[in-house]
Amino acid sequence: MYGNTLVENKKNGKSLTEGEDPVKLTEFEARIARGEKIEPMDWMPEAYRKQLIRMIEQHAHSEIIGALPEGTWITRAPGFRRKLALMAKVQDEIGHGQMLYSAAETLGKTREQMLNDLVSGKSKYSNVFNYPAMTWGDTAIIAWLIDAGAIINQVTNAKGSYGPYCRALDRICSEESFHLKYGHDNVVYLATGTKEQRALVQDALTRWWTPIMHFHGPPDKVSEHTAILMKWKVKMATNDEMRQKFLDEYVPKVWDLGLVIPDPKLRKNEETEQWEYTEPDWEEFKRVINGDGPCNKERLQVRRWAEERGAWVRKALINAEQKYSIPLA
Amino acid sequence: MTKSFDPRVNRMELPSNDDGKEVLDKQENWETYEVFHQKKRGDQHIHVGIVHAANPEMAILMAKESFGRRRQTANIWVVKSSAVNATSYNDQDIFETTPEKTYREASDYYCMDRIRKYQEEHGIVNRKEARRKKKEAEEK
Repeated sequence: MYGNTLVENKKNGKSLTEGEDPVKLTEFEARIARGEKIEPMDWMPEAYRKQLIRMIEQHAHSEIIGALPEGTWITRAPGFRRKLALMAKVQDEIGHGQMLYSAAETLGKTREQMLNDLVSGKSKYSNVFNYPAMTWGDTAIIAWLIDAGAIINQVTNAKGSYGPYCRALDRICSEESFHLKYGHDNVVYLATGTKEQRALVQDALTRWWTPIMHFHGPPDKVSEHTAILMKWKVKMATNDEMRQKFLDEYVPKVWDLGLVIPDPKLRKNEETEQWEYTEPDWEEFKRVINGDGPCNKERLQVRRWAEERGAWVRKALINAEQKYSIPLA
Repeated sequence: MTKSFDPRVNRMELPSNDDGKEVLDKQENWETYEVFHQKKRGDQHIHVGIVHAANPEMAILMAKESFGRRRQTANIWVVKSSAVNATSYNDQDIFETTPEKTYREASDYYCMDRIRKYQEEHGIVNRKEARRKKKEAEEK
């Protein structure tokens, strides 16, 4: 599962292509325009490399941190089958994290550096994981709707220009389809169950609606940077486009179950074919992503705890002759 | 520290996150291995990704978890990334003449026209043509 991509738009007035060799840049852009993939050893503009590292790294962190709210519920999952399925899902997320770290690593940042930046709070991860999974209903909503949002994002990005990222995403998407079915199954089970079970899942939906609406990120500012990143196929769709796609596919499925989405304005305008909704609280989004969410501190501390506890094993295994080389693909 | 919803987290002695120390040292995640996956006996091994490992045994274990936990798997190879020698995409011109060497392709050889012409000139019955005529006669 994955969250919103936060594309950096630094207002230092510098163009993304400043200082790049114009001939190489033209060749690079022509290659992308022809639909060719860029591979690790190819020439690429510095800004392309930086944005991709940032994006893939955030994606990887989201997989790792995203396993925490769900992992909480493994010991309390109702029934053996659900416990097994949830363990499999959490294992998938960690596996996705590892694949993504590898893809980012081909661009020249080591996994150790990325993990250090995660734990220190320097790198971000998907904002939704700064909220707790308070009930079993929450895990059902996460597995269904957060993963659904993630799949929309990932399927879109899999058509991007960087080879290793696209290959990792293809693999991830095929595994995520199990998460989606599993999450849907859980929600349907609760929604068609007893009065208490229905209330549990409705509560979870109400609680998670704002994070879900935050998921694809705030509306993009129209800027030159965004235009270049789209030309380079780093960013494949605007945040609003992805949100529309998500609403279009999943709101009807939520309504099928008679569940109530806590937004009286939510409806599809049949003329414009666009969904209309109340803008979620973007101030809350900014506050939480900058560290002031219900779980930010806990997530990073748990991560640090795990890294510190494992350090002696990792260090004991280090071979004195090992030498690092950037992975190939 | 606020109370977590995860009772296990509440039992941990969580470290402070404010000392600015880096948790991982350089190369603490060892080296990378390229992973090649064979789906079933008789198939080729195909490159599927990389894993981090301290030694080949561990690399195989990681590769099995990462790339063999869903898909049918007959065999896995792991090779240290540093052991792979590769061409450079920048040297694409070394392959440039490859498509020109059509004399290596079966599809570059066709001589039916010459055979037909020779047969017509010398009254040799064309086998294919004869078969077609025979079939037509039978159908009538």
